[in-house]
Order: sequence, then C-alpha cells, then structure tokens
Amino acid sequence: MQFAKKTKAGADIPTASLPDIIFMLLIFFMVVTVFKEFNGLPVLLPAARTTEKLESKRNIAYLWADKLGRVSVDDKIVTMDDIEPIMAEKFAGNRRIIISMKIDKDVEMGLVTDIQEQLRDAYTLRVSYATRLK
Amino acid sequence: MALLKRRIRGEDDIPTASLPDIVFMLLIFFLVTTTIDIDIGIPMQLPDRGGEFKVNPENISNVLINAQGQILIDDELTDITQVQEVTRTKVETRGLDADGKPKLIVSIKTEKETKYDAFIQVLDAVKAAGATKISIAEPES
Repeated sequence: MQFAKKTKAGADIPTASLPDIIFMLLIFFMVVTVFKEFNGLPVLLPAARTTEKLESKRNIAYLWADKLGRVSVDDKIVTMDDIEPIMAEKFAGNRRIIISMKIDKDVEMGLVTDIQEQLRDAYTLRVSYATRLK
Repeated sequence: MALLKRRIRGEDDIPTASLPDIVFMLLIFFLVTTTIDIDIGIPMQLPDRGGEFKVNPENISNVLINAQGQILIDDELTDITQVQEVTRTKVETRGLDADGKPKLIVSIKTEKETKYDAFIQVLDAVKAAGATKISIAEPES
C-alpha cells in the first residue's frame, strides 16, 4: 500500500482571481451604500421590546410627526388633509406598502389618531410604529 | 516615414500588480461608510372602514390610558410595570381559539392628550404578554 503524492502541483493559493473577488465585494458595497440619509423631521422615537424587522425597503413609505405637530411625508411638510391623497397614490403604486410611522414620543394621541384615520381613508392599512430598541 | 516608427519597444501594458490594492482601498472605504440600517417597529394592521363585527364582550380587555399616563385595565388601576403580567394572566385565562390564537382581544383606548410614548409602552407590554388581537379605539375628547 503506497500513499505517495500523486500530484506535483504547487501548494500556493491562486491569487489571480483575487481582484475579481474584491471587485465583486466592492460592487456590492457600492450598491448598498446610501450616502444621503433620508431625513424627515427630528424625532425621538419611543423605545420598545416587541419590535419586528420590516420586510424589504421597497414596500416601506415613511411618515414623520414631530412634537410640534408637524407631519412630513417624503421630505415635505404636509397638512393633515394631504396625507390621504399622497398615501392613496402610494397604495395604488404598491398594494403591499407598509407605512412606517416615525412619531415623536411626546406627540399626543389625538394627532396619531388623525393620521391613522387618514391612512384608513387611503386604504394603507399596514402600518408600523417605528421604535427604538429598548 | 521614419518618424512614425515606434521608438520604444518596451512593455506597453498597464501594470496591474497594484490593482488589488486600489480595489481594496475602495472596498474598505465603502465598508466603513456603509450603514445597513434596518427599519424596526411594532407592526399593526389598521381596521377596514365599516368593518364592524360583534365579539363576545367576555373576551375583551379594556385598557384605558389617560393624559397623565395612568393605566386602567378592566377598571383596575395598573402600573406600567404590571401591564404585561396582568395581560398575560388574562390571555391565559381566556385560552385559545380554534386557530390556536389567544381569544383575548385587548382594546387600547387613549385620551386625545395622552402621550404617544405611554401608548407605545402599553402596546409593547400587551404584545410581550402574548396578546395578538389588539384593537385601538378612538380617543375620547
């Protein structure tokens, strides 16, 4: 019984394809990098434990409400009556849309309810109360 | 004619030996600047318009939060730290329905002046207690 080495090939790891691998990684990071953080209003989110990750970003629309009672959708300050047509349009474009509501913890529930009523009118019934992790 | 002749017969390739280094540098730059932020939150399904249906009142647990942040669960004043315990007991008492979900429906009602934070804290505690059927009632003015 002989276990002689059959191949005489070198033990080096081939590095010829290294640039290709790194390029692939580079392209991945270039694609996922977002430089301009989409910012609506300065809000301090409430903390919670039972949070869940939202599914793919494509289905998410954001709505901000700060403690001064201002409401913002897509970087624009909107009035309460504007929410329904904007959201209805979003719903028409994507029926699986989830509205991530970034509401300041000092906002009063009256405003939150008004927003939710607008969302119900627009039929965007899937919402998420954005929170921080406790 | 002689002027058009190539003078240098040396290597005319671009040196690619340092290519990985350059790409590595770019890669590290993007690695550092990338923030893959995931959206987290408490998901909720808003009720459809006009979709009123009757439920057994025994299965409803009424949670009221006033403007001062005080919590009333089925007419009993409860501290926020106790909400989870109290709700868990109620969920277990009511048992499961045919789909294996808790029968208990938690109805959260707030006042118009109630702080959003107080509402989220209660909602969080109720969810942590295992209740899946949560209803958000219109605030009383």
